Amino acid sequence: MIAGAVVRFKTPLTHLLLLAVGLLMLYPLFWWVGASLKSNKELLSPGLFPQNWLWSNYTNGWMAIPRYTFTHFYLNSFKLMLAILVTTIVSCSLTAFGFARLDFPLRKFWFAILLVTLMLPGQVTLVPQYVLFNGLGWINTYWPLIIPHLLASDAFFVFLLIQFIRGIPRELDESAKMDGSSSFGIYLKIIMPLTKPALVTVGIYCFIWNWDNFFGQLIYLNSVNKYTVVLALRMFIDTQGNLPWGQLLAMSLLSVLPATIIFFILQRHFVEGIATTGIKG
Amino acid sequence: MNKVSSPLIASPLKRKKRSRFFRRWESPLEGYLFISLWLIGILLLTVWPFFQSIYFSLTKYSLLSSPKWVGLQNYKTIFMNDDLFRQSLKVTIYFVLFTVPLKMIFALFVAMLLNKNIRGISAYRTMIYFPSLIGTSMAVSILWKNIFGSDGLFNQVLGVFGIHGTSWLSNPATSLPTIGLLDVWQFGSSMVIFLAGLKQISKELYEASSIDGASKPRQFISITLPMLSPVILFNMVMQTIGSFQTFTQAFIITKGGPMNSTYMYAMYLYQRAFGRFEMGYASALAWILLVIIGLFTLFIFASTRYWVHYEAETGGGK
Repeated sequence: MIAGAVVRFKTPLTHLLLLAVGLLMLYPLFWWVGASLKSNKELLSPGLFPQNWLWSNYTNGWMAIPRYTFTHFYLNSFKLMLAILVTTIVSCSLTAFGFARLDFPLRKFWFAILLVTLMLPGQVTLVPQYVLFNGLGWINTYWPLIIPHLLASDAFFVFLLIQFIRGIPRELDESAKMDGSSSFGIYLKIIMPLTKPALVTVGIYCFIWNWDNFFGQLIYLNSVNKYTVVLALRMFIDTQGNLPWGQLLAMSLLSVLPATIIFFILQRHFVEGIATTGIKG
Repeated sequence: MNKVSSPLIASPLKRKKRSRFFRRWESPLEGYLFISLWLIGILLLTVWPFFQSIYFSLTKYSLLSSPKWVGLQNYKTIFMNDDLFRQSLKVTIYFVLFTVPLKMIFALFVAMLLNKNIRGISAYRTMIYFPSLIGTSMAVSILWKNIFGSDGLFNQVLGVFGIHGTSWLSNPATSLPTIGLLDVWQFGSSMVIFLAGLKQISKELYEASSIDGASKPRQFISITLPMLSPVILFNMVMQTIGSFQTFTQAFIITKGGPMNSTYMYAMYLYQRAFGRFEMGYASALAWILLVIIGLFTLFIFASTRYWVHYEAETGGGK
């Protein structure tokens, strides 16, 4: 009884604290939405809502970079993301199936290597990779940003899928095997459909991390024609002397829109996913 | 490999048995077939580059001509005669020591708030996690640059309270903490992992100890922290490794300035490799970074015997 009373007293306090933290976290983001519609002069006020809704920030920002509009950069980004998503899902799920379901010599050794790469800082392999891609003539193409995904270089995703597939009862593939299914058949017809929730998680994170893989895009893409949205934003912030902040904030807000939409549609997957991988983000 | 011959003998057997035989010989080959893409990747893009970068670090290499052997010259120059190396390393270590503990304390605090069965808890969780999702993006760096500008949102809010704020990003004393704050703001992923860890702790422990009259702070120190220590270790290692590699925020918000006060190690490496195309020198810098991260990680692991508690008896604590 006493515990019940304590709980009842504590709950409003928890709500209050959570609300305070939540508002502290989100205030800059709410302000951002309003700010993207403000004039440079009005940006000097902390209010959430602009006095004049300056939609021209969006239309002018969209065309702010000479010779190309943001349509071009969004198309580049989406094309790249599509290639990365498909290659990641295929390569990571194949690899994960191999590790989780098949036995082969040195399996434990390779698995250990996989775990080590989870923690290996990318800087160490950065220069030789660049040299390799340079030797192949791939600088200023999308290949250096896609091929690593085709080769399942996302150890996080492989690891996450292995863990998930291990949780699927083995009886299912055993019985399929009895019916004469090959391993590939089991992968395709049994494991893949059951792995869908994990694949959705992988897809979501893959999209968000690669959309904003600024460093990779920065070193491998150097003509404006090939630029992605984030590189265009960087160019925007670098070339203008006196920054048109309203336009810049409008364009940068748009650039997080895809991630935001995906997050709110599929948010249940997210929080569970990050708890299982728990590596990045 | 010698198992390969068995299917020939096995083939006339019944289907059920045959499949078992097949499994035995097919698997090694099949296993490798399934992981082949990853295997090519790991050898070509990780293992080979890993060793190649040791070699590069001992050469002078500009991409235009082939690498020229210089022995330990790069390392000598870095340690004896490179102010930017020292500055960027100092900045990065400060950054790590500032952001990792703060981030973890905040993450744990909020995770404990969220570890309650009250109405709307998932809405709070979503709200608090969301900034972490987009936090490392270019766009948020741009936002941060504006908010902490001399007449940005932060100073406007301070102005409401009659405080005249400094120019946070162009003052060498405040620039690094300001960027650090952006990092701390993204405590979401650590928080979610803490939350999962907190849910694993058995309620009975708390009940038993409150019967014994333990206070809440006492329970926190004697139950929550020890039971959570493996998760704390995991978060600490991952955050430290990640924090050492910070690039985008500093590169966009301050470009390393003012007076190199936010010049991160990863930016210096970028500058040497892709600004000046000194691939040998940059490889040496990368290896030094790897060793430093390794030392930090080792230190954390070495300290675990004093504070990490693995529950062996029930296996509930992970």
